[in-house]
Amino acid sequence: MAETIEHQPAAPPASQPGRPGQRGYRSGARLGAFVRRYKLAPYLLLAPALAGIALVLLWPLVQVVIFSFQNYSLMQITGAAPTQWVGFANFTSTFADPEFWLSLRNTVLLAVVVVPATLIAGTIVGLLLNRLGKKMAAFVSTAALMAWATPPISAAVLFYWLVSPDGGIVDWTLSKLPHWLVGSTNWAQYNWTTTGAFQAYVVIAVLVVWQAFPFIAVSVLAGLKTVPAELLEAARVDGATSWRVFWKITYPLLKPIFLVLLLLSVIWDFNIFAQSYIITGFPGNQNEYNLSLYLYDKAFASLPPSYGLGGAIALIFALILLVITVGYVRTSVRQGALT
Amino acid sequence: MSMPSSGLSAVPAVAAITRDGRGSRDTAQDARRARTMRGARGASLNAFGILIALLTLFPLFWMVSTAFKPSHEIYSLTPSLLPAHPTLGNFRSVISGQVSGIGSVWLFFRNSLAVTLATVLVASLLSLLASVAVARFRFRFRASFLVMLLIVQMIPAQALIIALFIDFERLDLLQNLLGLIIVYAAQALPVSIWMLRNFVATIPRELEEAAAIDGASGVKIFWRILFPLVMPGLVATSIFSFITAYNEFIVALTFLGQAHSTYTLPIYVTYFFGRGGAEWGPIMAASTMYTIPVVIFFLIVRRRLVGGLTAGAVKG
Repeated sequence: MAETIEHQPAAPPASQPGRPGQRGYRSGARLGAFVRRYKLAPYLLLAPALAGIALVLLWPLVQVVIFSFQNYSLMQITGAAPTQWVGFANFTSTFADPEFWLSLRNTVLLAVVVVPATLIAGTIVGLLLNRLGKKMAAFVSTAALMAWATPPISAAVLFYWLVSPDGGIVDWTLSKLPHWLVGSTNWAQYNWTTTGAFQAYVVIAVLVVWQAFPFIAVSVLAGLKTVPAELLEAARVDGATSWRVFWKITYPLLKPIFLVLLLLSVIWDFNIFAQSYIITGFPGNQNEYNLSLYLYDKAFASLPPSYGLGGAIALIFALILLVITVGYVRTSVRQGALT
Repeated sequence: MSMPSSGLSAVPAVAAITRDGRGSRDTAQDARRARTMRGARGASLNAFGILIALLTLFPLFWMVSTAFKPSHEIYSLTPSLLPAHPTLGNFRSVISGQVSGIGSVWLFFRNSLAVTLATVLVASLLSLLASVAVARFRFRFRASFLVMLLIVQMIPAQALIIALFIDFERLDLLQNLLGLIIVYAAQALPVSIWMLRNFVATIPRELEEAAAIDGASGVKIFWRILFPLVMPGLVATSIFSFITAYNEFIVALTFLGQAHSTYTLPIYVTYFFGRGGAEWGPIMAASTMYTIPVVIFFLIVRRRLVGGLTAGAVKG
């Protein structure tokens, strides 16, 4: 130890006795030397964050895996009944439940519709923002920003009101439009949220696109700013159409951004909870569940709640997302994110 | 330092290109104005822009408009765009708490604000420390730690909520705001560390080395040199954790249960909505009060928001 301290440039060469704080400084220097000698600094800096992540994110994940192979429920929490390992029983009963397949279908179909819709809408608005004049671009991007800023719960309650059969503006508008345009359905007092899963998911899809396209738009816009304007101008002078310019120049240059946006969108749309919770009026309509609602129902709303069953669903859910995440991580690493 | 591609260093480059691009575009626009065909095209682009902006704004406009309408106008057979007789009655009943029956909106506002600010503070501090470790040191498990963060940030709260609920019940941290703060801060960490790492990496190491030679301690270097320089990055990550905590739903829904006095704004609005009776005037007033502050916040920080989040998105 003493040897190390001698090598410290910061340590005072001669001690000045009697100065307050001297002792603290010296022990501080000794601690510093210890940290340096064993190269502990990065670990000390990392420790608080790592502890938080480990305790709140990683350990619960391990627990969920354990629960999924147990009969864990209220009785086991209170100790009234023993916790037992049940093998794959939770998984087999989940796979045997038609509700599970229904909720998986709803989740996948929503993502299949919403992901391309969000990406296309966001890209169109991003391209538009890039070509509009300064004031007009500020106006459009402010509008988009406000939709983006709206908290999901606020947005969901708001859309529920927009499509409400009792005074909602959407039904009123549709009922005033000519039949050749909107079909012969009696739109006055049409119930979007309880008629069926399809109607409810139309509302959820519009809601999610409304909230998510601004992020795509600003990301695409940020990417477009890095594309040299001369390149696009030259292509246009040569007579290329906007469509061609986009696919031959813009898209190849922005491909990495599009790939990340695609993966993020898929993950976000698989995770939708707040919006579907409100629009489907949880726990009202089981045929309108997505995976998140199905999981939440099994774990908390069913009587008795089954944490084991919920854990099994959570694990299946997490595995599906893991596959997507691996794609995301590989993309990020390939783009040099780890350097 | 082999990281010219990190977030902050990319910003001036982008700004420069933008400025150049603008300049050439302006002259190009002048040339364009001479030709009427192009002018017509600009007009149709503008019309398209206005259409998109109006469509996007309409739901929010309708929320605010409904909030100011008296009941008979809300359920009128021919709805009008603007309230014919604007009233503050819906806001008054939300503030008095008589319609929701669980308290004034200010109580839930205070809860949300307390949780959000505490989350921002804790997450900023911890992620700053960790990002210094990742950006400044080469150590074992560094790459694994970074990959772990990427994967962890993708784990949905839905998958963890069962275990979190059981653990926090044992710790007696359900039905109070502290439990929420702990979870939100931890949830914000992975992305915050990823974002801050880029900012720390752009600060010249020479500054710290010079200070060390002058005899400054590690702690002093951290607070006097690194901290002020990394401030823009901290603002960006703070915005991120602020929004995450302010909007968070599933954990608050599960943790707070029937403890009405601890509700955050989203849970309050959900409770209000779920009570039935379709009190759309007061519900829209409550939603407006929940939404407007964060919309204004977005507009104030918009520049940092776009830069920070796209850097975060593109770089992970």
